[in-house]
Amino acid sequence: MSAPENGVNAETVRKIARLSRLHVAEGRLVPLADELNGILGWIEQLNEVDVDGVEPMTSAVDVSAPLRADQITDGGKRDAVLANAPKSDSGFYVVPRSVE
Amino acid sequence: MFTAERVADEKDWMKGETGDWELIIGLEVHAQVSSNAKLFSGAATEYGAEPNTQVSLVDAGMPGMLPVINEFCVEQAVRTGLGLNAQINLFSRFDRKNYFYVDLPQGYQISQFEHPIVGEGEIEIHPEDGDAVKVGIERLHLEQDAGKSVHDLSDDETYVDLNRSGVALMEIVSKPDMRSPEEASAYVDKLRGIVRALGTCDGDMEKGNLRADVNVSVRRPGGELGTRCEIKNVNSLRFIRQAINHEARRQIEIIEAGGTIDQETRLYDSVKNETRSMRSKEDAHDYRYFPDPDLLPLQLEQSFVDNIKATLPELPDARKARFVEEFGIPAYDAGVLTADKVTGDYYETTAKGRDGKIAANWVMGELFGALNKAGIDLADSPVSAENLGGLLDRIADNTISGKIAKTVFEKMFEGGGSADEIIEREGLKQVTDTGAIEAMVQEALDANPAQVEKAKQNPKLLGFFVGQVMKASGGKANPQAVNQILRAKLGL
Repeated sequence: MSAPENGVNAETVRKIARLSRLHVAEGRLVPLADELNGILGWIEQLNEVDVDGVEPMTSAVDVSAPLRADQITDGGKRDAVLANAPKSDSGFYVVPRSVE
Repeated sequence: MFTAERVADEKDWMKGETGDWELIIGLEVHAQVSSNAKLFSGAATEYGAEPNTQVSLVDAGMPGMLPVINEFCVEQAVRTGLGLNAQINLFSRFDRKNYFYVDLPQGYQISQFEHPIVGEGEIEIHPEDGDAVKVGIERLHLEQDAGKSVHDLSDDETYVDLNRSGVALMEIVSKPDMRSPEEASAYVDKLRGIVRALGTCDGDMEKGNLRADVNVSVRRPGGELGTRCEIKNVNSLRFIRQAINHEARRQIEIIEAGGTIDQETRLYDSVKNETRSMRSKEDAHDYRYFPDPDLLPLQLEQSFVDNIKATLPELPDARKARFVEEFGIPAYDAGVLTADKVTGDYYETTAKGRDGKIAANWVMGELFGALNKAGIDLADSPVSAENLGGLLDRIADNTISGKIAKTVFEKMFEGGGSADEIIEREGLKQVTDTGAIEAMVQEALDANPAQVEKAKQNPKLLGFFVGQVMKASGGKANPQAVNQILRAKLGL
């Protein structure tokens, strides 16, 4: 399968991986780019469909988002919220320092 | 998109080594919606709670939790949009803005990118040192706030409180229509007045409920636009002015030394009064937005918007114009008295059915002075608007003089109570009984025969006797009556 016009290369994969905080070994960059280009190329086929005059579909069901009233119905469950935290102290999550 | 061809007034140009520079400023203001619950969860928003006690599993980014939109927040966004004379978009959509940070548990912020709920609008600002300026509004969109990181509880760790995570914010983006630090702070001040009047945000900058990101660039007056830098999270009007001044100066120095400006996000340090780079450039502004698959688009009925429009309160500019018209006060006074809703309401109650100018003088003079001195907010004033109005009534009907009124006011401020109660209790009622005043005048004349002769030659010296009588009466004699009787007795 040929790579689409706006295909990705190893450099793009490296960048996306960094933004997503994913570790991708150097040797995997080129194979991953190839696989992604394959997927993109496959999706590219959709461009062959003529959609002139068709409203863009924004969701599978044509309804507006349901809304809820402005009432306090949740919260007050600190123990549950912190239950899976690797570390907590005095009600805070504790994580490795995020600034110098 | 760029509405302003306007070139700054010469007085706002910044002098450099190689000539004059003009500032181009745009702002993104984050205003917290005054809702009880969060934008997408039912957890409380109240300020100052114990850490992580106002967090739902939605706000904590737990897998499988689904956001549901708070209708009240939608309503406030529309109300604010109408207050900004802006277009309301009946169709809007929520997108994910992806980035990693310790206080963003979802790994993305739910915001509105492509289809904001409010489109273009315009407001007029009144900088203190210049003419009115129109500032374009680019858009207003709804988004979630992040949590709070605390760095000073440990040397090598960060403490995270998610109480703020998911609180509804309105991000109001201006066009780059401002040309001086003063215009920028006047704009934020005006926005603050509008959201407070609308009741959509409390405008409390100290608590961070209203904060601004400032975009600054410089150019030769009327020349080619420069590269801008964004200064994040500036939380007072004074800091906004200082940060812009500093940032513009920094950019001018770099350009004049032959350098170029990097487009970047900077942080303002109010202690050192400087801005410094915040994020590495390569990661900046790559948020990979895409429509949030957990949320359906928001589709409003025109009737929803019309109903909100029908209940819009009077906004500061309209109220100012009405105060000038109705109470006959100068535009400057009206501006001060309508700067926020509490002040406007207070003045209006005080002035209604009375002399508007006198009411304005008392509110802006005695009252503001006393509040300032005591460090009390008008909302907590020990003197109610009704009681201040009652005091003005007693001046108007000559029960007390203006001078005694100040004494009554002081007592009111110290201990509350109505003017009538205080006048009665302290025996401050003005003496208008001409018999009693006549006796006091006679006494003063008898005690100072030499002065009497002089006064007959030079009526300007009458003041001496007025003073004597006022002193003898403890300030309670009606000064007009004293004057009249004196003149009659001296045959003037």
